[in-house]
Amino acid sequence: MKVGLFIPCYIDQFYPQVGIATYQLLEKLGVKADFPRQQTCCGQPMANTGCEQDAKPVYRHFVDTFAGYDYVVAPSGSCVYHVRKHYDVVEQTGAVQHVRQATYDLFDFITSVMGVTELPGRFPHQVGLHLSCHGQRGLHQANESEMTPVREGQLSRLLRSVDGLTLTELNRNDECCGFGGTFCITEEAVSARMGQDRVQDHVLNGTEVLTGGDMSCLMHLEGIVRRRQLPLRVMHAAEIFNAALQQPSKPVSTYVPGAVAAL
Amino acid sequence: MSHPQRAAAFTSDAERTTWHDETLWFVRQKRDKAVYGIPEFQQLRQLASDIKEHTLSRLDEYLEQFEQNARANGVTVHWAADAEEHNRIVLDLIRKAGATSLVKSKSMLTEECHLNPYLVKNGIAVVDTDLGERIVQLREEAPSHLVLPAIHLKKEDVGETFHLHLGTPKGEKDPQALTEAARLHLREKFLIGEVAITGVNFAVAETGAVVVCTNEGNADLGVNLARVHIACMGMEKLIPRTADLGVFTRLLARSATGQPVTTYTSHFARPAEGREMHIVIVDNGRTRQLGRPDFRASLKCIRCGACMNTCPVYRRSGGHSYDFTVPGPIGAILSPNIDMRQHSSLPFASTLCGSCTDVCPVKIDIHAQLYKWRQIIAQEGELPAAKKLGMKLLSSVLARPGIYRFGGKVAREGLRFLPHGLTHAAAFNPWAKARELPEPPKQSFRDWYAQQVVK
Ligand code: SF4
Repeated sequence: MKVGLFIPCYIDQFYPQVGIATYQLLEKLGVKADFPRQQTCCGQPMANTGCEQDAKPVYRHFVDTFAGYDYVVAPSGSCVYHVRKHYDVVEQTGAVQHVRQATYDLFDFITSVMGVTELPGRFPHQVGLHLSCHGQRGLHQANESEMTPVREGQLSRLLRSVDGLTLTELNRNDECCGFGGTFCITEEAVSARMGQDRVQDHVLNGTEVLTGGDMSCLMHLEGIVRRRQLPLRVMHAAEIFNAALQQPSKPVSTYVPGAVAAL
Repeated sequence: MSHPQRAAAFTSDAERTTWHDETLWFVRQKRDKAVYGIPEFQQLRQLASDIKEHTLSRLDEYLEQFEQNARANGVTVHWAADAEEHNRIVLDLIRKAGATSLVKSKSMLTEECHLNPYLVKNGIAVVDTDLGERIVQLREEAPSHLVLPAIHLKKEDVGETFHLHLGTPKGEKDPQALTEAARLHLREKFLIGEVAITGVNFAVAETGAVVVCTNEGNADLGVNLARVHIACMGMEKLIPRTADLGVFTRLLARSATGQPVTTYTSHFARPAEGREMHIVIVDNGRTRQLGRPDFRASLKCIRCGACMNTCPVYRRSGGHSYDFTVPGPIGAILSPNIDMRQHSSLPFASTLCGSCTDVCPVKIDIHAQLYKWRQIIAQEGELPAAKKLGMKLLSSVLARPGIYRFGGKVAREGLRFLPHGLTHAAAFNPWAKARELPEPPKQSFRDWYAQQVVK
């Protein structure tokens, strides 16, 4: 199984520890991922600004980069959603179709493709989960509160399986954080206010470590946490799992090729 | 002014923003409770969506059927191509009735057509009889929400307005007392109303009847006391059969306020003895929207307001920040059809979180349409020049790995070595007004990875 790692540009430059944790976590689970150096971006920033036409060369570059892999894994649900949902505007060659369905969010990959639903290891902290809207409503990683009161999703299940980790119950389970790509600049006032409200919900309910599967939301929330000097740490969930697995409480179930049917 | 500017003005009052957000979130939660209680709710949504899609796919036939049946009931049917024609028809009818005043129950269509100012200019006194509508009318404001037109106002604001216009004691802010004052004031107006205008929630093709849903009963009272009833409706209000109505009444009130059904669901089929009933069917851009395959689904809207209550942007920017009759997410996909240039900032007033799409009782893909409007607005050259150039540059960098790697490094190193005061200056960097930039690390991921492979 050839797995290509897609590390979005801002993670590469500003949050390398998230890329490293993703790589090491996969390694601990028995998958040696490859990072093709010519990768750039999924094109979402342009497309969400209305410049889908300008983004097409970026889409093609993404497909060229990853066409040779069985799976493309990214620690960012938002980019994955973009590739899957919005790469419909370029010619649907075999390569494009393959890359669109082979691109997975890290935790979807771990649970759905690798069949791992529990992670051993210890992380004795109260953790607040912020699911990105693209992950939750776009990739259906958890039930939307608009539909049903059930709150469980694969990332929260994985988190709950870690020893010592408690999850925060929030007042508003799945409210958007207000990042929204260029929205965070063009609608600065509303974006900041949304982020402040989101962080406040975590502070009120006892979160020590704020986590999620999308570093873009977390970058925005971290910016607010640091500006307001709040007693919260912000970590990508890959960092939590990777840290927890430093001290596994039971053997790590590693990936056996062919053991789990891929989706 | 664009949406961001008006939104910034609204959020600058932090306390009011909190209150506005929490009030609407409370309505959203009431809606959730009502929705969770109905196991077949998602099926109902699908059914409602299917019925509307079907109706839109043969709207011409249903409109003719509706007209025929309404005429057979003794109702006069009028057709208006646009707002201006609609207003002219209404004024004509009022003049023919020899009236100088009218009572109006809530109608977003007449707001859309700016009927009130038109009638006032022509010497007709108009009284909105829905409490919230009356409040904003007295304040000479536009409604800020489809269902809760005065939701941007606190009870103190209403007290102030009533003190000024209805003579309630200064400082009175008890909702009960204020409502009572409005009730007395409106009762007088009802009694002298010669013409009553209502909106229409649903128009049933097979019977020619119109259905109006209210919580205050003001539509009934107005119509029953007046000699002439004028019902104004957008042409998308049709449903084929009376049997379809239950699907929508079950969805409408639950989605709007969490009630199982509106207090009044009033059916108007024919005029009473010696009275007149008119229906004005209005296009005003709707056929144009119907002709846009990507956006025609927006015509399924039943104006429940749920997408506003759920929208994290709307809750914090207020309805007036949209500067369009229909605010919130649905307004942001309807408005560019009316005037793309004027409303070009609205499809961008969203994080595309998708909550609107998930609450919408008729399953309009609102956030997908926001995305699509953005593409059109950019192509039609309505993006600010800086944004456009920026995106072109960005694209050319992102399709060239070499320049990209260099650019990323420059950004990170720049952040590492430039002073905080410069990188965080609000004038250059809106991000930094309320947020810190990420702390730049010494090494990028790709540099780390390169070392791993060497090892
Ligand atoms: S778009 Fe949907 S949710 Fe919004 S007002 Fe219309 S029917 Fe209600």
